[in-house]
Amino acid sequence: MSTSAAQRRPLPLQIGLWIFVGIWFMMAALPFFWTLWGSFKVELDFFSIADWTNALTGANTENTHGSSFTGAGYEGAFVENAFWSNMFNTAIVCLCVVSVSLTIGTLGGYALSRSGFKYVFWLLIIALMFRALPQITLVSGYLPIFFQWNIWGYLPTAIIVLVAINQPFTLWMLHSFFESIPKDLDEAAKVDGCTQFQAFRHVIIPVMWPGVITTGLFSFLLAYNDFVVTSLILNEANRTMVPQIAAFLGTTQTEGNVMFAVAAVVSATAPLFVLVMFFQRQIVSGLTAGAVKG
Amino acid sequence: MKHRTFFWFFFPTAAAMLLFIAFPIVSIVTQSVFTPHEAVLIETENCGPFGCTKETTIDQEATQAIREAQPMGRFVGTSIYTDRGHLAFAEIGEAWQTSAGLGDFFAKVYNLPFYKALAFTLTYTFVCTPFLIMLGFAIAVAVNSLHRRLKGLMIFFSLLPMIVTPLIGALVLSWMVDSRGVLGKFLSYLVNDPDLSVKASTPLMWVALIVYGIWSSAPFAFVVFYAGLQTVPQYTIESAQIDGATRWQQIRFVIIPHLAPLVTFVALIQLMDNFRVLEPILGFQAQAHAQSLSTFILSDQSGETRQLSSAAATSVLTIFGIAILLTPVLIRTWRDFNAKGH
Repeated sequence: MSTSAAQRRPLPLQIGLWIFVGIWFMMAALPFFWTLWGSFKVELDFFSIADWTNALTGANTENTHGSSFTGAGYEGAFVENAFWSNMFNTAIVCLCVVSVSLTIGTLGGYALSRSGFKYVFWLLIIALMFRALPQITLVSGYLPIFFQWNIWGYLPTAIIVLVAINQPFTLWMLHSFFESIPKDLDEAAKVDGCTQFQAFRHVIIPVMWPGVITTGLFSFLLAYNDFVVTSLILNEANRTMVPQIAAFLGTTQTEGNVMFAVAAVVSATAPLFVLVMFFQRQIVSGLTAGAVKG
Repeated sequence: MKHRTFFWFFFPTAAAMLLFIAFPIVSIVTQSVFTPHEAVLIETENCGPFGCTKETTIDQEATQAIREAQPMGRFVGTSIYTDRGHLAFAEIGEAWQTSAGLGDFFAKVYNLPFYKALAFTLTYTFVCTPFLIMLGFAIAVAVNSLHRRLKGLMIFFSLLPMIVTPLIGALVLSWMVDSRGVLGKFLSYLVNDPDLSVKASTPLMWVALIVYGIWSSAPFAFVVFYAGLQTVPQYTIESAQIDGATRWQQIRFVIIPHLAPLVTFVALIQLMDNFRVLEPILGFQAQAHAQSLSTFILSDQSGETRQLSSAAATSVLTIFGIAILLTPVLIRTWRDFNAKGH
């Protein structure tokens, strides 16, 4: 786009914009880099009472470990506290939640987009209301029953609950995505003698992947970031990463223990970083899909 | 699509939602009007050479029998809702009669745990939401004016506060504003008070939580508004320029009206999400200074004695709160739907 004289900004406005963008950039990015840097220090440096520059230079870390970087926090988290097993649990939970949730969500979302009856509107409104319910109120409903049936504490229980909690959002996204796929495609297949399911299987499935991947990303984020369900439904042996980090904080604040939590926090953030790096476009389009439509 | 086909396609997801979203609502409503049976006590008198002593023991058999006969527990009606831990009608009535003035009355009500949690939840919801919308809009306008390459980079970093696990985001900020952390030190240097501690003061803790709320949700508003800005018709802007509109007037009279539907959308999502605020309070370890409805439920659920009836009652009240928040939006959707003439 060529900039005409009328569109060119006066210098003070330009400088003001730059400062504002710069400040927001610092606000958004700095906390994460600060924590990443600090995770390789000892607690006395990360929380420096004497001099805040210690957090950058690592003076106390050098005194304790002979170098200004140390992996002690990571060692404590992964070796002593077996954080890798929590990572493994998170991986299982995310994988299962995403695959199950997408499977039943695609079928439901497809049906909603292809049925012209009035109840579709009401189903979507009910889904919106379900989406509004705080998850913790639902967990209150599960607990006594899970205790009674003795299924409290296991990964499959948490997975099923997360899949269900995920459905309203998945339905909304996939419904609006399937609406954008021309109905003529499956109508044509049905004219050629396919049943509705065959039309879905042979015509729609091959073209639905962009929308499904975007929705899958958000299902993944929901499962990965969940605290309420996993912390209240999983027992200690089956904890995923987020409740384990909360547990690190709960244990006594002995020296080093906070650094375990810092190391664990950095390890849990890293996959999200990579995710945003690769799927930035899909995340942005997914966030706006609902908005632009509504 | 035929009703029958629709049913089979929709059945799995409907079953999941019925079992794990609709049914739990029924479950919390029933739980909140029943409470576990008290143990049956029997008093026996032992008379020996040194006189008689009375002894109270639990009649295990009778207790077991009554628990099996009525597995739901004791029906207590709405008494859990009105007790001191929830709506506290008796206490409020008393406070109304004995308070010197309105201020005194509100102070007394604020000391009741449920109202304390409600006060924070509402403050958080209604302060965060408008501010994050404004911040998100400002970022969107600013980033939109950048060079194309820089835009991508800024979007990447702007997404981080939102994408990161809420508990982790809160922890990261909490470590920085700790009195020994870098931001905490900086703040105490700014106000020239070496003993300043955000975590020791209730008002500062509220501010910190609200700042976290704005920080973590502004990116959502930013992304939505940024996408909206791409669809502003160029010719409207140009005609406004020809008519002599200043930059501010272009934003005020062209861009903001264009984005108005998106503002409703962002506000709706954010009201729902901010009302359930939980992780920031845990991350900042601020339970002593701020309780939300969610932390209130959580502490009932996870304490040493799980008070499930009490948690269920608070959950029902929270759902009422959400319903009241959403009513205006639902009415509007209903009107739009009818206006479309389906």
